[in-house]
Amino acid sequence: MTRTREWVHAWLLLLPAMSLLVLFTHYPTVANLWHSLHSTPRANHPSVWVGLDNYRNLIEDPIFWQALTNNLWYAVGTIPLSIALALLMAIWVNDRIPGRGILRLAYFTPTILPMIAVANIWLFFYTPEYGLLEQVLAWFGSAGHNWLGTRSTALPALMVVAIWKEAGFFMIFYLAALQSMSPQLAEAAAIEGASRAYFFRRVTFPLLMPTTLFVLVNAVINAFRMVDHIVVMTRGGPDNATELLLYYIYEIGFRFWDSSYAAALTMVLLAILGIFALLQFSFLERRTHYQ
Amino acid sequence: MSAIAAEGVGKNWATPEGVVRAVDDVSFAFDAGTLNVLLGPSGCGKSTTLRLIAGLEAADGGRIRIDGRDVTGLPPAARSISMVFQSYALFPHLTVAENILFGLRVRKVGRDECESRLAGVADLLGLKPYLQRKPSQLSGGQQQRVALGRAIIAQAPVCLMDEPLSNLDAQLRAEMRLEIRALQRKLGITMVYVTHDQLEAMSMADRVVLMRAGRIEQDGAPVDLYEHPANTFVARFIGTPPMNLLRLESAQGGAVIAGTDGPVVMDGSLAAGQLGVRPEHMQLAFEDGVRAAVENVEYLGGDSLVTCRMGAQTVAVKTPGSVPFARGDATWIRWPAGAQHYFDAEGLRRSATARPQGAALLA
Repeated sequence: MTRTREWVHAWLLLLPAMSLLVLFTHYPTVANLWHSLHSTPRANHPSVWVGLDNYRNLIEDPIFWQALTNNLWYAVGTIPLSIALALLMAIWVNDRIPGRGILRLAYFTPTILPMIAVANIWLFFYTPEYGLLEQVLAWFGSAGHNWLGTRSTALPALMVVAIWKEAGFFMIFYLAALQSMSPQLAEAAAIEGASRAYFFRRVTFPLLMPTTLFVLVNAVINAFRMVDHIVVMTRGGPDNATELLLYYIYEIGFRFWDSSYAAALTMVLLAILGIFALLQFSFLERRTHYQ
Repeated sequence: MSAIAAEGVGKNWATPEGVVRAVDDVSFAFDAGTLNVLLGPSGCGKSTTLRLIAGLEAADGGRIRIDGRDVTGLPPAARSISMVFQSYALFPHLTVAENILFGLRVRKVGRDECESRLAGVADLLGLKPYLQRKPSQLSGGQQQRVALGRAIIAQAPVCLMDEPLSNLDAQLRAEMRLEIRALQRKLGITMVYVTHDQLEAMSMADRVVLMRAGRIEQDGAPVDLYEHPANTFVARFIGTPPMNLLRLESAQGGAVIAGTDGPVVMDGSLAAGQLGVRPEHMQLAFEDGVRAAVENVEYLGGDSLVTCRMGAQTVAVKTPGSVPFARGDATWIRWPAGAQHYFDAEGLRRSATARPQGAALLA
């Protein structure tokens, strides 16, 4: 009798969170899979079962491959740099230095600012002829770039924005982890004569592994998820040079209204993120010490 | 030449309320191969003093010498010391073996040397079965041993300990006390040991430095602090229960204990000061002594702790076994003349003139 009551209580407690998850996460995922196996409904043409047709189209779609390649480069370029930068900044502002409160705030500011606003500021930095970057470069006699309008520089320019935006966010996690570390560990190492670099390599970095794993998973997701600045700065151009997967899904779904093809693309994106998360957990979990 | 010497060492802390003098003009000299305890209530500056010796804090003034060498400006690693922290400060992701070997690895000691020293230390501390475990898989006492192991494997002549036993339960603490003392003697280390526990200090130390508010109150062997406390603070801090300090007043023929009608215990000129008698030196009697009333009796098994009212003051009496008195009974308290301590109006010990005149309360 009491067992049944416990069950009922447990399910009642789980219900609010679970209904939200089901409504906004699980059901849309399944519905999305369903849609991706059908054609897009149009006037006079109701949706019909097409099986894997949408996925077949996808394999033959050069823009999809371009977006995927761009996205991989984007991930490779932004993730390690922003994490390294975050760690460096966290270690710096964790020290007893004058004005560290202001420094922490300064590093965290990019995270607080809305991405649309940030993108507009960076748009000005990159503007040809009178943008900030051009004006500075003009002093060194090396002006005349169109950073966002040139195929070779457009994606790297967006990567810089992403790193700038992400590093401060990840820094907060590293800072929290560093502050939970006992300062006596550093003192014990200092008495043994360990240098700062040695202490970092043998103690700090291994103890930060749980944070690094968490940050890494988030960074990968963000690399495939953050597209606000593309909307403002390049809209995927020039010549699809800054076309990222999620932005491509947005274009297919809401500008060309091909919702079934967009659903198929979404499934691919989900699969990629799932595989990455699995790999990260299985490889890094074993090397991670949880306290 | 002393193994560790401090000469006028000071340290200030800047706090929102202003500058606090944490360590104030502290000087001492410890002999090689001895165990020295820095003792005092919390906030007295004993841990800061230890950290100054270790070099984890920089002194604002004075000089620190280790083995005759001025180390005041040197980093911790250059002072040839080892240290055990209150929290043990073990590296949680490293095995017991790697924790103990940490310092040797930093100094790039050869593999064979590491192996043999680790085996020696593990043998000495009984850590052999645990070498491949992580600290979180050990009990508090075992973690304490690992911290000790990491300190002694360096074979530094000086070992500093910051309240190393305060995280252990009472029984384990008593065992580790003996063990640390035996280890210190066996290895001939000069040890500086910080504690707030006077029992730990009295039982382990060759020498006790008792501190209060950043200053040294008394520096001497445990027996000196017990038998010749320099002032009322030392008198009350050493010994459980603390020494009874009795106010005096002038009466006919000399000074009596305030609020009583005799007998005379001191010369009349000393009435401004206080008489100190330890509870364990007092005896209860049915007649002859200072009249008192029993307020409370605590039976502790081996002893009884009797609280009495003597004049306007409360005194504690510790006597062996049980006592034939109950709450509310009238009694007489007496003590040997040699058990009397006299402190002047400033609370400082005065010995030469403290001999009792008139009726000595010989038990």
